[in-house]
Amino acid sequence: MDLTLKVWRQENRKAKGRFETYAIKNISPDSSFLEMLDVLNEQLIREGQEPVVFDHDCREGICGTCGLFINGRAHGPDEDITTCQLHMRKFKDGDTIVVEPWRAGGFPVIKDLMVDRTAFDKILQAGGFISINTGSAPDGNASLVAKEKADEAMDAAACIGCGACVATCKNSSAMLFVASKVSQLAVLPQGKTEAVRRAKAMVAKMDELGFGNCTNTGACEVECPKNVSLAHIARLNREFLAANLKP
Amino acid sequence: MNLNAKIPSGPLAEKWSTYKSTQNLVNPANKRKFDIIVVGTGLAGASAAASLGELGFKVKNFCYQDSPRRAHSIAAQGGINAAKNYQNDGDSVYRLFYDTIKGGDYRAREANVYRLAEVSNKIIDQCVGQGVPFARDYAGTLHNRSFGGALVSRTFYARGQTGQQLLLGAYGALNRQIAAGNVKMYHRTEMLELVIVDGIARGIITRNLETGALEPHFGHAVVLATGGYGNTYFLSTMAMGSNGSAAWKAYKKGALFANPAFVQIHPTCIPVHGEFQSKLTLMSESLRNDGRIWVPKELDDAKNIREGKLKPTDLPEDKRDYYLERRYPAFGNLVPRDVASRAAKERCDARYGVGTGQAVYLDFKEAIGRLGKKVIEERYGNLFQMYEKIVDENPYETPMMIYPAIHYTMGGLWVDYELQTTIPGLFAIGEANFSDHGANRLGASALMQGLADGYFVLPFTIQNYLATQLGVARMDPANHPEFSKAIEEVQGRINKLMSIKGKRSVDSLHKDLGHVMWNHVGMGRTKEGLEEGIRMIREVREAFWKEVRIPGKADGFNVELEKACRLADFLDLGELMAKDALHREESCGGHFREEYQTEEGEALRDDVNFKYVAAWEYQGDQKEAKLYKEPLDYEFIEIKTRNYKE
Repeated sequence: MDLTLKVWRQENRKAKGRFETYAIKNISPDSSFLEMLDVLNEQLIREGQEPVVFDHDCREGICGTCGLFINGRAHGPDEDITTCQLHMRKFKDGDTIVVEPWRAGGFPVIKDLMVDRTAFDKILQAGGFISINTGSAPDGNASLVAKEKADEAMDAAACIGCGACVATCKNSSAMLFVASKVSQLAVLPQGKTEAVRRAKAMVAKMDELGFGNCTNTGACEVECPKNVSLAHIARLNREFLAANLKP
Repeated sequence: MNLNAKIPSGPLAEKWSTYKSTQNLVNPANKRKFDIIVVGTGLAGASAAASLGELGFKVKNFCYQDSPRRAHSIAAQGGINAAKNYQNDGDSVYRLFYDTIKGGDYRAREANVYRLAEVSNKIIDQCVGQGVPFARDYAGTLHNRSFGGALVSRTFYARGQTGQQLLLGAYGALNRQIAAGNVKMYHRTEMLELVIVDGIARGIITRNLETGALEPHFGHAVVLATGGYGNTYFLSTMAMGSNGSAAWKAYKKGALFANPAFVQIHPTCIPVHGEFQSKLTLMSESLRNDGRIWVPKELDDAKNIREGKLKPTDLPEDKRDYYLERRYPAFGNLVPRDVASRAAKERCDARYGVGTGQAVYLDFKEAIGRLGKKVIEERYGNLFQMYEKIVDENPYETPMMIYPAIHYTMGGLWVDYELQTTIPGLFAIGEANFSDHGANRLGASALMQGLADGYFVLPFTIQNYLATQLGVARMDPANHPEFSKAIEEVQGRINKLMSIKGKRSVDSLHKDLGHVMWNHVGMGRTKEGLEEGIRMIREVREAFWKEVRIPGKADGFNVELEKACRLADFLDLGELMAKDALHREESCGGHFREEYQTEEGEALRDDVNFKYVAAWEYQGDQKEAKLYKEPLDYEFIEIKTRNYKE
């Protein structure tokens, strides 16, 4: 396949960015999108130019490092995938492809297509855990968890922290990200003790870091590579309501 | 050098409790006087940093990724072993210990492995306590499945994302300590040098990947939790950034490197598609619980399938060779990884392979018929989806194609029972050390070892060392000659790389190294092949130092520079792997020397001459590494030839 790429280039956090156009030839439809970018970079290095910087690591859809806005869609034109799982067979020979970084106030661009998502770490540091010290846990079967509850917790816990939900939301809201953690821990008996405090602290931190409000458009759920459901936001709202009723 | 593993005396089952009750501890008021550096935030690193923080130590934790949650432990799919015996199927600490020693082909230390099995149960409790959503039965109790190399079901799992969920649990504990101020986190920061002061590990030099700044950090102890070196092969199931540099820097500063040739080649990965391939994707071993592995019985059928003239679904049962079930009736499709990988290679070498010729089938038709599609979907849904996205075929309808790929490195820094390397004050945990898996690791044991080391072993054993360091004041690394010297060395290496200005990209040279490693230091090794491999590795190294091109500047984000620094180390490491493989004139576990096999093609171990850990000492760039042998004395178990047939 021969393609035209319009790629966002930006030297550093402070620099003004711009789109650069590149022509690329002979791409196998079985290549992944990131392998196509590898080929582009190989070409740029040969020509003595700086390669395009993009975040990626596991390249199997689980670490959550990669995230590109491709032709106006977070993680590109396929369902339930991360950018590294997108394959070139989803494009046609001769296509022009626009590649941008996540665009959200909470995720400043570091260089080219790479953004800073440390805000997510900070939200979790505010309370996205169960406060149990190593060695103090009771036997794993000491408290029973209904299979449905365990499954529900797993559905929520599947979040990989990629930030597609924020990037795709017109308000740049991090509600789906926050809700997935609040929900995972709130449905499990071991997480209930701190549920109220947790929800309150995480939402406060999210607001402080400049993420927008949720207006229930549901765009986040559509682009979430792990299918984390909007229902978790509803649970978060319930937990948050409870948090605000209790002093 | 005298390799003292410091194994406590006494009966096997009492060694760890004896050690714990007699070791030196650091009192709570003194703990906050100690700085501990932990490099890496995978299962071992994150669990160690969090646990040390909880105890009151001052921890600095480093990762090259943008967040500690990205470490490659996250990609582990299938599960984590523990000797809970919740299934009442006869499991015990001893059995888990025995299976692990046997699975490792009798090349691991008894005492370490027993301790691993012993603490396994506490890991499950800890993870449940953190909110890890393990699979449950309808009664609400924890569910288990079986894995290769075991006759019991002892594997706990969270769908196909067990590593992710365990890592997020450890990351939660780490976040809690970061918020509490006990752990300071440095992300997008890579360790480029180890600093030794008067023979003791006292810190590291890091590069801030965003600004390019080189920074010195002091620690009373340094813990490396930096994973394995599988990316020496370029193509592997590792993350793109996974590298062996931290361990290699330690080796060059005097830490011994043990069993570098012991590499695990995982039997169930998605086959290579073409020359632009950047990495290989694993399909969890858990699939072998229900999937059946086969190739056509007839060469003609294999050829027709490869040429697209015949569909695998059209080939009748009596024309299929379920070769694992045929060769190993007792364990069938659940033989250990090394055995399954070699058997696949054997069939493909004999031209029975499908796809590109380098692939075999993993077929779920029988399981779907027996259990229904819904059950299979529940068990493996995410893996099937992952496969379909990559290969563009639906594994519910046509068998998956799989082939072995580099997956894990059993070798690593030599450590004693306390997980301390041969450099005082330098510890290595998780995949970065060599200690528990011998010549082959069993499935679902990497997660167990990472968390055992980080939660339940290192936080105790490091205190026995720190107790000797009371009164050692914190050093000011910005004004210390050894730290300054180390920064200059790192700067010199970076300048050298930047100044080459050749014509070739780092990746193109890394691929050259990968080809040599896979062809000569891969699944089937020979004396001639290894010698040729060493010669070729040297050629690639020479080309690298002459021809590599790193565009851009060193004082800012420079991915090519990061990769070049790592590749420089892989090139040296690859040669040591080949040398170790050449010296070990036997076949054991993942190390298969074609000259040493039985008539049936099974690994032929030589316990008379090679029942030892091979630990290599750096002697200088132009000199041969020196070999030390730590004999493996099996006091409590009888050594046998591994048999998965009966």
